Amino acid sequence: MRTVVRAVSWVRWYVRELTDESAYERYVAHVRHHQGPAAPVPSRREFERRRTDAREGDPREGFRCC
Amino acid sequence: MRSTAQQARRINPRSVVIWTVVALVGAAGWAVLALARGEEVSAAWMVAAALGSYAIGYRFYARFIATRVLRVDKSRATPAERLNNGIDFHPTDRRVLLGHHFAAIAGAGPLVGPVLAAQMGYLPGTIWIVAGVILAGAVQDMVTLFFSMRRDGKSLGQMAREEIGPVGGAAALLAVLAIMIILLAVLALVVVNALAESPWGTFSIGMTIPIALFMGFYLRVLRPGRITEVSLIGIALLLFALVSGRWVAESSWAGTFTLDKPTLVVWILVYSFVASILPVWMLLAPRDYLSTFMKIGTIGLLAVGVVVTLPTLKMEGITDFAGVGDGPVFAGSLFPFAFITIACGALSGFHALISSGTTPKMIQKETQVRMIGYGSMLMESFVAVMAMVAACIIDPGLYFAMNAPAGVIGDSVQSASEAVRSFGYSISPEQLAAAAKAVEESSLLSRTGGAPTLAIGVSNIFSEVVGGSGMRAFWYHFAIMFEALFILTALDAGTRVGRFMLQDMLGNVYKPFRRISWWPGLLISSAVVVGLWGYFLWVGVHEPLGGINQLFPLFGIANQLLAAVALAVCTTLLVKSGRLKWAWVTAVPLVWDAVVTLTASWQKVFSSDPKVGFFQQRSDYQDAIEAGKVIAPAKNMDDMHTVVTNSTVDGVLSALFALLVVVVLVDAARTCVKAVRDPRSATMHEAPYEKSRLVEPAGLFPTKEEKAERAALAAAGPAEGARGGGSGGEAR
Repeated sequence: MRTVVRAVSWVRWYVRELTDESAYERYVAHVRHHQGPAAPVPSRREFERRRTDAREGDPREGFRCC
Repeated sequence: MRSTAQQARRINPRSVVIWTVVALVGAAGWAVLALARGEEVSAAWMVAAALGSYAIGYRFYARFIATRVLRVDKSRATPAERLNNGIDFHPTDRRVLLGHHFAAIAGAGPLVGPVLAAQMGYLPGTIWIVAGVILAGAVQDMVTLFFSMRRDGKSLGQMAREEIGPVGGAAALLAVLAIMIILLAVLALVVVNALAESPWGTFSIGMTIPIALFMGFYLRVLRPGRITEVSLIGIALLLFALVSGRWVAESSWAGTFTLDKPTLVVWILVYSFVASILPVWMLLAPRDYLSTFMKIGTIGLLAVGVVVTLPTLKMEGITDFAGVGDGPVFAGSLFPFAFITIACGALSGFHALISSGTTPKMIQKETQVRMIGYGSMLMESFVAVMAMVAACIIDPGLYFAMNAPAGVIGDSVQSASEAVRSFGYSISPEQLAAAAKAVEESSLLSRTGGAPTLAIGVSNIFSEVVGGSGMRAFWYHFAIMFEALFILTALDAGTRVGRFMLQDMLGNVYKPFRRISWWPGLLISSAVVVGLWGYFLWVGVHEPLGGINQLFPLFGIANQLLAAVALAVCTTLLVKSGRLKWAWVTAVPLVWDAVVTLTASWQKVFSSDPKVGFFQQRSDYQDAIEAGKVIAPAKNMDDMHTVVTNSTVDGVLSALFALLVVVVLVDAARTCVKAVRDPRSATMHEAPYEKSRLVEPAGLFPTKEEKAERAALAAAGPAEGARGGGSGGEAR
């Protein structure tokens, strides 16, 4: 049972990392680590917007192959 | 240079036994493939040969390159660690990055090339896919990744300019743009050929647009960032669209979605233009998620399917077309054209763009370049092997009927059956009709481009695992959708990249072009890029000699020439960093690649065989026009003029590609000679050394020493160990 739970949580972690769903949490953790726990962070909505819009600026970011 | 006693490893008898067995399995696979004549061979041998060889290559050659040639340094902080900003630079778990990198490099290329190369039999293609990846393709990916990582993730173009020189750099940049145009045209042509006259396929692919728009809206407005959940919804809708495609094809709407090739071309051009100017969040980002899920899922399923069913190969090991070079799928002899055609699965220049893009900014440890760079490319090569299996398990008669241009086999099952007999294979008109009926298509004749052939192979494999022959049509359209989905995404993303490069170049002439928010510039440069590849797509569809037949070699040459640029940059860097002794690691593949591609370019330009040489073709047709004659497969004077124009453009383009790359090679050679003569003059643009504070394993599984190191670090101070590790910590 414990191995099943561990496997499921590993898969969940992997999928979240692979799809970059965890990007927001990672960013918040990064900011909090470097600027203190009270540092201001953007809301998730704002963060995700900035992230997709960044691809507008340089489409080579995240480009995939033939 | 050889470092002390640490390197003198003890020989472990258990590992000797294991690696001997692996080598024997691989060797047995190759032996059976090579020696079997006149009987059907199980695909199991191909899988054994490939996997055995990959394991040996990864364990010994890749390790040698990492430790002795590149001298990866686990104490040196990577850009991800030094410049960590929590967004694009961040140390990413190696297993996640492997997935990322693989999803970025794998695409339609490795699936299409081997299918076309199967006209020469399974053996030449498979040998090159496996040997090429071990000695060239994976080496290129890993070395480019390493050097870009040492330069904070600089792109291939920037590295060429800084390390080779402005002339070589400019030629490399121009080559990348030209290559991109041809790539997009050929990919679009593959989609057009797969969807023409197919209401089921056209409807289900068309439905991906509203599905993607919905997903984009969901992510932007409803639940920002919930990518997994929206992707699952998207996949469910996609499968529903796929199933409903059959209902549409059987209903009175069928006519609306039965489009001929010219109409499809117009739709695809309109789609690509509009998609490329819409905001990324609307179409591109959600499509990317969909196609990545589908890609990884389908490739995984295919691997399982091949291993579970272990089908037998019906194609011969080596067909007569390999020697003579007059095959109907593409013209030219085994050397150099088999290597040109396989392209992506063995050595792909485009990977150098990925390896010098996002990945180097995310890698945790220098030691991981072997797993990420070399390892991902081995996986891609295995995808190519599976595509070869899929093409070779179908009846050779059907294979040639599907892949020969309409000009050669005519447009009835009777004429096709006769043409196939003239190639030396046999399939009856009834069998051809039955094959089309089994997948619910009106016809399978001249479905060139590789995708439909692959889809037939995939549907054979999948239906044996799930659903039986009743599911064949479903799996066929599933495979078509899977390819069309990511090709359409590539058209959108590729147009954006081409536009970006064009804007950058035009910005030198007229400043505002560089501002990406300047609408006129955006519209003009988008239209130019779509127009350029649209021209080749249009030409490909109307080409009497067969679009794939004429254009695919250009695509292969372009891709392999880009690889030559990447390998030239790598070799220059090895020489400049004082590693002349080891420069052969990239120089040998470079020389091979340059010889293959320049020979191919030479033949495409100068060959006196009109099937191969563009200019010979041109003059033959021109002479005929002047004499008032029509040469088959052209049907009338208009066709004749089309052939003349197309051959001229294609010939000029082949010459241009070759010329650009020769410029890069000469400039690289000049830089290398200078660096060897006067080593102190060689300036490197490497980021300075900084000590790494992360402890991360190099390979998939941590070794005993790596575990001990990590435990020691955790004992020393938990805060240190957690730094930069991200949310992955709990899951290890």
